[in-house]
Amino acid sequence: MSALISTAVERRPAAIDISRPVLYGFAAVLIVLIVLPMSWLLVYSVTDRTGALTLDNFFRLFSESAFLDPLIATFIIATSSSFFCCAVAAPMGWLVARTDMPVGGVIRVLVTASFVTPPFLGAIAWELLAAPNSGLLNKIFRAVTGAPQEESLFNIYSLGGIIFVVSCYTFPYVFVLVANALDRTPGELEDASSILGGKRWYTARRITIPLVLPALLAGALVAFLQAMTLFGSPAILALPAGFHTMTTKIWSLFQYPPKPELAAAAALPLLLLTIFLLRAEHMILGRRGYSVVGGKYGAPRLIALGRWRWPALALCLVVLLNPVFLPYAALFNAAFAPVASHFLTFSNFTLHNIEFVLFELSATKLALRNTVILGTTTATIGTVLALVIAYVTARKAVPGYRMLGFLATAPIAIPGIVLGVGLFLSYTRPPFILYGTLWILLIAFLTISLPSAYQQLQAAFRNIHPELEDASRILGATRLQALRQITAPLLRTSVIATWCFVFVGVMRELSAAIILFTSETKVISVLIFDLNESGDLGAISVIGIAMLVITFAVVILVNRIPGFGVVGAGRLRT
Amino acid sequence: MRQPRFSRRSILKGTAALGLSTAAARVAAAPAAEAVTPALIEAARKEGKLGWYTVMDLPVAEKMAKAFEAKYSGIAVRVERSGSERNFQRIAQEYASRIYAADVINSADAAHFIVWKRDGWLAPYLPEEVAQHYPAAHRDPDGMFATSRIWLSSLGYNTDLVKREDAPKSFADLLDPKWTGKMVKAHPAYSGTIMTATFQIARDLGWGYFEKLAQQKIMQVQSSTDPPKKLALGERAVMADGNDYNLIQLKEAGRPVEVVYPREGTPLVVGPNGVFKAAPNPNAARLFHGWLLSLEAQQFLVDFTGQHSAHALVKEKPGRTPLSQIKLMQDDPAGVEAQSDAIKARYSQIFRI
Repeated sequence: MSALISTAVERRPAAIDISRPVLYGFAAVLIVLIVLPMSWLLVYSVTDRTGALTLDNFFRLFSESAFLDPLIATFIIATSSSFFCCAVAAPMGWLVARTDMPVGGVIRVLVTASFVTPPFLGAIAWELLAAPNSGLLNKIFRAVTGAPQEESLFNIYSLGGIIFVVSCYTFPYVFVLVANALDRTPGELEDASSILGGKRWYTARRITIPLVLPALLAGALVAFLQAMTLFGSPAILALPAGFHTMTTKIWSLFQYPPKPELAAAAALPLLLLTIFLLRAEHMILGRRGYSVVGGKYGAPRLIALGRWRWPALALCLVVLLNPVFLPYAALFNAAFAPVASHFLTFSNFTLHNIEFVLFELSATKLALRNTVILGTTTATIGTVLALVIAYVTARKAVPGYRMLGFLATAPIAIPGIVLGVGLFLSYTRPPFILYGTLWILLIAFLTISLPSAYQQLQAAFRNIHPELEDASRILGATRLQALRQITAPLLRTSVIATWCFVFVGVMRELSAAIILFTSETKVISVLIFDLNESGDLGAISVIGIAMLVITFAVVILVNRIPGFGVVGAGRLRT
Repeated sequence: MRQPRFSRRSILKGTAALGLSTAAARVAAAPAAEAVTPALIEAARKEGKLGWYTVMDLPVAEKMAKAFEAKYSGIAVRVERSGSERNFQRIAQEYASRIYAADVINSADAAHFIVWKRDGWLAPYLPEEVAQHYPAAHRDPDGMFATSRIWLSSLGYNTDLVKREDAPKSFADLLDPKWTGKMVKAHPAYSGTIMTATFQIARDLGWGYFEKLAQQKIMQVQSSTDPPKKLALGERAVMADGNDYNLIQLKEAGRPVEVVYPREGTPLVVGPNGVFKAAPNPNAARLFHGWLLSLEAQQFLVDFTGQHSAHALVKEKPGRTPLSQIKLMQDDPAGVEAQSDAIKARYSQIFRI
């Protein structure tokens, strides 16, 4: 019915509707952003050194164990991480969004803290905690049980260790998606089920779960792709353990003598797998309509947990030990202890690391500046870009909108490091010579953050029924007016969240930056990775803590912008 | 991008460096030693900054930079530290895009200087002190670079985890099953020190040694500065390679670590320093290069870090093992240059990483 209305509205001759040119402009930007580097990758993957066409790169990729083993390791890590993320995030999201568990808001903030933590920093913190011999947790284990030096409770340098750490810093994606979906689930539907005699569990099974299933599925997919394309954590944990994942393998192919053609070929299976998964998600969800924020629904009803309230909270806090409390305790310890593996006491407390980072490390100031500049500009441009594309695809506003949606989602399949090389190949030659400037990093970060920003905003659009916009347009507003007056206020929370999401994404980004940085365009993540390679853990801890403080300051500031970040204003009541 | 100005003589020297001239011209072009003139200092101050691409342990490099800044106020040194092999790749990448950000270059892989000199990337500059006090073996005949420091890739152990009498004494000892899972080792595709050491060990002991070592479940880190730090953390008991000077520093700071110079001989690492021809701050670069090789800086480097100097007047710090008492493996930059790609490939094949 609404589709009919919207078609009718399309045909209405609008006096001045500049939406089409604007939309086509965005499409053009997107194509340059994404198609250019991808084309170079493709070209490289099917040519040899002399430029002749060949399939030899792919042949090597699938015949040598040096490539097959990383492929398998990556698949195991991505699948298990995705599974564990969902297993933990879905119940937690439900507890926070739909039950009367105490301090749910605090739990949300803490999950944000784990999201704000760059995975590579988390990996380093977990080295401090769970390295088999020097890890603080293993030391405590030996002290308590009297176990010999050879025994350890955890070994973070292992496949299991990597899956654990990757899950720790990927589960916020799933949590946010699930919790937001549950927030938006209208209470009336559940009430209706109850009134008609549905028991609590029946209602959950037939109403609530189907309503959040798309979000959970999207979460599982995002977690899988995140884990698959992550570079920092495996580089920090897998290499010492003696194995590669696809991203670290690709990275090693760019070391001297560089073999970009093999790396490009290695990236394509990841791209194809992602396309397949996105198609699969689309097929599973199909055409089911999940537009639940219309003009006529009420807030969801909270479920009373009774005596399970406090155990539920305890459970959430235990989960959050892993991505937040323990790692930051370890970083804090390392920042002030003389040796990172010693326990901090009043007598061994030292400011040596702080002094080093602030007064001796000549890279600190420049890297901080670059990171903040890139974070804010990427977040602003990226949010606008994602907003427009999400709108176009959600409302099917231009022909070829599917292509636009695909383009915006495609970068998720490209490991940042490969995108880095694609961009390197694209922007070191005329007409765009950007290598060595912050621009190339901006483009990289924009491209990388676009898929998640787009998915987030598209999900928001999907949940807002077009009937509201249609009403506005029937009353004579142009598409842009309808957007500004009706949709924008409804989307406010999502937009703020997306902005912060992208900003944090830039702080977390390492894999493309590691290819694209030059000495004058170094960012914090690269600096930390450098320091990790030379084993300067004390300095990393100081920078890592500073990074968290800056990120939180920016996120809080943005949420305080008057008339902009009023959380919760996006819900209409009848 | 501002290019340094060249005198006619320096262009001649550059031609010699490119290998385009005859041997006779090469002798004729040998650069004259240059003193630190007020004009040079003035010009360097005008530039006000320089970028030093280096591979020294970061705290050491930053300390050197600060010492230079203290002596020549108004010239900021930006330290760009990474592994030699990593820097080599990055500089090549930047040069290919005509980005000339590096002024001064310091590497642990002397083979890199053969390549850069052959490609004509280095500027001839012979500081007076180098001409006077450095043996010919430690300075390039065309004045393109000179040895800034000498150190070793040794073995080592954590004295809390290993008793002195049980500690490995040789490379062969590391193959004992009792060290399985207890060793840490750096990577030749990152570190010039480890590249140099891998070349020498493979040459003297054969690749069979590495094939057996790969069965020992080593912990693979990147930088040669890291194994000593992993020992100090207590994360691994023994290091199979890495900088001896980091161990010396850690030991002198009271950490439970000990250096072992293996019975078969210890790989010798010679780290040259040079100025890039395309340096954006050519005067500051020359001033820094000259200062780094001066008695003052070299003595500081030796005293502070436990490395060794090619400068004839530098004294070894009392209480440390003099280089002359250690059985050394022979360094061979030309040999490394010829084999470096093959070494990286073979290493990653053996260690699967």
